[in-house]
Parts: sequence; C-alpha cells; structure tokens
Amino acid sequence: MSPVIEVRDLRKTYGSGDTAVHALRGLDLTVQKGEYIAIMGASGSGKSTLLNILGCLDVPSGGRYLLDGIDTGEFDEEQLSLLRNRKIGFVFQSFNLVPRTTALANVELPLVYAGVRRAQRRERALAALELVGLQDRTHHRPNELSGGQQQRVAIARALVTSPAIVLADEPTGNLDTDSSREVLGILDRLNAGGRTVVLITHEDEVAAHAMRTVRVVDGRVAGVLV
Amino acid sequence: MRIFEIAAFAVRGLTANKMRSGLTTLGILIGVASVILLIAVGNGASSAVQQSIAGLGTNILTISPQRAQPGSTTKPLTTADAAALVGQDSPDVRYASPVVSAQATAGYGDTTHDIGQFIGSDPRYFDTTNSAVAQGNLFSDNDVQQARKVVVIGATVATQLFPGLDPIGKSMLVNNIPFTVVGVLAAKGSSGLQDADDLAVAPLTTTQNALTGYGSLTQIVVQARSADALPNAQAQVTTILNGRHKITGTADYRILSQDQLLTARTATTETFTVLLASVAAISLLVGGIGITNIMLVTVTERIREIGIRKAVGAPRSSILGQFLIEATLLSLFGGALGVAAGVIGSRFTIAGIQPVLVPSSVLLAFAVSALIGLFFGSYPASRAAKLRPIEALRHE
Ligand SMILES: Nc1ncnc2c1ncn2[C@@H]1O[C@H](COP(=O)(O)OP(=O)(O)O)[C@@H](O)[C@H]1O
Ligand SMILES: [Mg+2]
Repeated sequence: MSPVIEVRDLRKTYGSGDTAVHALRGLDLTVQKGEYIAIMGASGSGKSTLLNILGCLDVPSGGRYLLDGIDTGEFDEEQLSLLRNRKIGFVFQSFNLVPRTTALANVELPLVYAGVRRAQRRERALAALELVGLQDRTHHRPNELSGGQQQRVAIARALVTSPAIVLADEPTGNLDTDSSREVLGILDRLNAGGRTVVLITHEDEVAAHAMRTVRVVDGRVAGVLV
Repeated sequence: MRIFEIAAFAVRGLTANKMRSGLTTLGILIGVASVILLIAVGNGASSAVQQSIAGLGTNILTISPQRAQPGSTTKPLTTADAAALVGQDSPDVRYASPVVSAQATAGYGDTTHDIGQFIGSDPRYFDTTNSAVAQGNLFSDNDVQQARKVVVIGATVATQLFPGLDPIGKSMLVNNIPFTVVGVLAAKGSSGLQDADDLAVAPLTTTQNALTGYGSLTQIVVQARSADALPNAQAQVTTILNGRHKITGTADYRILSQDQLLTARTATTETFTVLLASVAAISLLVGGIGITNIMLVTVTERIREIGIRKAVGAPRSSILGQFLIEATLLSLFGGALGVAAGVIGSRFTIAGIQPVLVPSSVLLAFAVSALIGLFFGSYPASRAAKLRPIEALRHE
C-alpha cells in the first residue's frame, strides 16, 4: 500500500522572536491508505496544529507533507483549495456549520465548489445525510439541531465529496456519551468502507476504535502503540 | 464558472439574516435620502429668496446709508432727503418713502410676540412693496403728520397676537407703547430665510418717536415712474443726494436697483448654498461612515463563515464574488430606496421651505453611497478571503 499521508520533519512555529511558540518540532508520520489512526497527547502538544496542516487549513513552517504522493509545499492557495475540496474531509470539534443554512445546503456546500450539478449534488448530499442517519432533518438549520446532530451533519459534509482522508479534531469533544457513540460508529463504518481516518482524542475509549494510536509529545511523535 | 451558484449564495446570505440586511439597507437609505433632501432644501431656500425679490416692482430703487471712506464725514439719510427726491429736479421719480426699521416686542393681553421687522414709513410704502390690505385700512398721510399711534400688521403677527380674534381696533403694546391696529396685510408667505408676514408697519413719525429716535433713516425707497425710467431716476436721485450731502469722492449712501438687489441677494444665497453643500458633504460623510460601519460589522461577523467555506474548498474568487454581489445588491437596493425617500420627502414643505430637487445631487448621493457600500462590503471580505482557512475560522 502506498502512504496516503507522508510527513517528514514537519515544523510549525507561531509568532517570532521571544514570543515564538514551536508547536511542531520535526514530526514524522506515515499513514497508509485505509488506516484508522488516533492521535493522542497532552493539551498543547501540537495535535491540532498537525491536523490543520494535514487538512491544508494551515501551512507548515518547515518540513514536507505529501498527500497521496503530491508535495503540498509546492501548491499555491488556489491549488490548496482544490485539494481541500477533493481530497480532504475535515470535522471540527465545534462543528463549524454555516449558520442559518439548512443541513442539506451545508452538506451540498463542498459539492457546489466542486462544480457538481444541482440534481446530482442534491442526490449525493441526501445520500450522505442518510449515511449519518439524518434523512429526516435535511431542512433543519444548525440552531434547530442538537450538538450530536450538528456533528453528524458536519461528518456528512466531510464525506460527501468522497475524500481520500477524513480528519477529525476531537469530534466528540463537545458531545455527550450517546452522541459520541453515534459519531464514532459513523467513523468506524467509514473506515470499514475503506476511507482513511485520522482523529484526535483525549479519551482511550475513543482511541480504541482506531487501528493505531500516535502519541504526540512536544511537537514530535513519541511512540506508536499498536 | 459557478457564477449562478455564487449569486445564489449571495441572495441566500442576504435573506438568511433579514435583520442585518434590513439595517444595512436602512443605513444606506438614510445616507442617500438625507443628502438629497438637504441639498433640495438649500436649493429651495435660495430660489424662494430670488422669487421674493423678483416680487418687488421692477421700478424700485433702494437707498441706504453707507459708511464713507475714513476721513470724510458720513451724513445721515433724513426725511428731508427723502422729501427732496420728489420734485421738478427729478421728473422720473414718482415717490420716495423714508423708512426706519426696528426690532420690537408686541403684546396683547397675556400674549407677546417678537415682531420680525417693525417698520416706520408713509402710505406709499405699501404700494412700492406690493403689500395689499386684507382687513381694515392702511394708515394715511394725515396719520403720519399727526404721528398717530396706529399700526398695520402682517398676517403672522395677527395670528400670533390675536388668535381667533379680529385685530382691527384692538390696542396692541409695542415695547409697552399702545398702538391701535387699523389694518392687516394679505399674507405673502415665507421667503425661505425670513417670514415676510412677520412685520408691522406704522407711520414714520410715530415710529421715530416711539422706537427708533431721529437718527438716520434705514432706507429711502424710491419708485420711478416706470421701469424704463429707472436709469434716469437713479441719475436724478444721485445728483440730488450728492448735492445735499456735498459728496466729492465716495458717497455716504448706496443706491440699489431691484436688479442689483437681486444680484446682491444671489451672492448671499450662493453663500447659503455653499453652506448647505458643506452640510450635505458632512451628511454624506456621516452617512458614509454609517454605511462603512455596518458593512464592516457585517463582514467581520462573517469571517468565520468565510473560514468554513474555505475549509470545504471554496476558492478565493468565489468568496470574493459572493460578497461583491451581496454588497452590490445591498448598495443598489438601499440607494434606490434612499433616492425614492429623498424625492418623496422633497415634495413636502420643510421648515417653511419648499425643497427643490437638484438632479446632480441625486446622482451624487446614490453614486457615493453605492461605492462606499460596495467598497466596505467587499474589501474586508476580500481580505478575509486571503487568510488561511484556520486563521479565518479562529477569528473572533
Ligand atoms: N494560532 C496560534 N498562535 C500562537 N500559538 C498557537 C496558535 N495555535 C496554537 N498555538 C500554540 O501551539 C501549541 C500547540 O497547540 P495545539 O496544536 O492547539 O495543541 P493541542 O491541539 O495538542 O492541544 C500550544 O502551545 C498553543 O498555545
Ligand atoms: Mg487541539
């Protein structure tokens, strides 16, 4: 199997001079296609920084990041937005749905930017919502949905473009136990369907869903538990 | 590419938050409407002034005292001067009315009223100023000779002092001196800057006695035999007055024809127009700041949304397009409503002035507001679109 994510000597520094924060200090990571990885580590160890770079939401200060064999360091903003659209599905801890916009429209959003035609867009968005069990909530707005439901909409949005990887930053961090279980169940099924999943968590039960856990300490990978 | 989809996002963005869109529209509306209205009011005021001057006869000369050059003496204009202007040396002069004017407070019963202008003159004054009597009578030459305390009042004074009453025959106190009201003048309406009906006219002698004293006249109003005879009349008046005042250099009086008066007043109203234009400029500025503010708030509030859109793969161009279309729609809509409000508002009389629309101001207000709305609606959005998605998402 070829690695879908290959990270070498990744560095990220916030700020400069005396106030500079070295969030990542030469991190290496390889994720194979179809893997399910949990990233754990103390608060402030650099997990989110790593995931944001993997999701092309942020750019590293140094090192290389190959996504599906492509070196993202050579990409300009326009190409990165294309990458985000086609290859990556990102799930945030705080859902990040477009406010005052229906679940369906939120899920359709990446498809609009992908240039998918209206009829097909609707069809795929409805299928994604059905996959997360929200076929009866398609016309609800985020403020009319529970936290768990909002996160499921966010997951539907992340998977609607059939991305190479799904990245989730503490997706259950704001959810109660039942909602967490549902969300993790969906991610399990996605992975069972062949999708690569990388997720950040604090909880061992969550990490237990993954094939392997990567521990991040002070911006480096400390050890890999199988 | 997906221009239609992006326009749909823009429309959905506007309808999703009706309150915000409404307020933005209102901000632009007020900015545009107030500029249009203010300029229309200014324009209306100056055309009213011009009309009121044009209402005077075309055969009138006004003589007023003017301080002479330093070194030479200034002689007052006197009743004798006025009398000397009518005679065989001045065949083209029909009348010359001496005029004094003063500020006065009138009272009747418990009511008091500050009269705009209290004028002392002779009966010819009414003819030269095109003043008709609506009730009662004008005073006579005999009243002037006998210095009778009689007065003819304007319509405003009548309604202020004698609401619901017939003023004729009533005794009205002018600076605590009793005058008998003998007549009420027909209303002339406001001339924009001052109320032409807020006046009272009494015999010259009485007014000098009671109010102004026997110093210089305020004016001598000369009526020529015809409009064509005006230049001759002016020459004759000048000769007579120069002789009486022993003028060699600069005269200590000034003669203005109705034409010259119009020119002088036009200059005044031009100043007024400039003043109003600066008020308009300020209101445009204030309106612009309001639009700027609400547009900035609108965009700032949505930087997170921009982050979300970028995170799911929106290219910069589509975000720019969306906000540009939103801002354009708001600016055009608000601007159009503002023009409508300004045009409708200018049909009403405001503070006694009938506004007169200036077409260029409509264009100016609309263009400036639309451009401001467009700029501040799309420029901050374009800056936000340049942020990395994570920076936009973290924006508070
Ligand atoms: N935008 C930022 N600006 C400055 N420092 C940051 C920023 N984001 C994160 N950091 C710092 O980088 C370090 C790693 O943060 P983060 O990746 O969020 O940690 P984790 O997700 O593991 O808790 C922390 O010390 C944090 O304070
Ligand atoms: Mg984190």
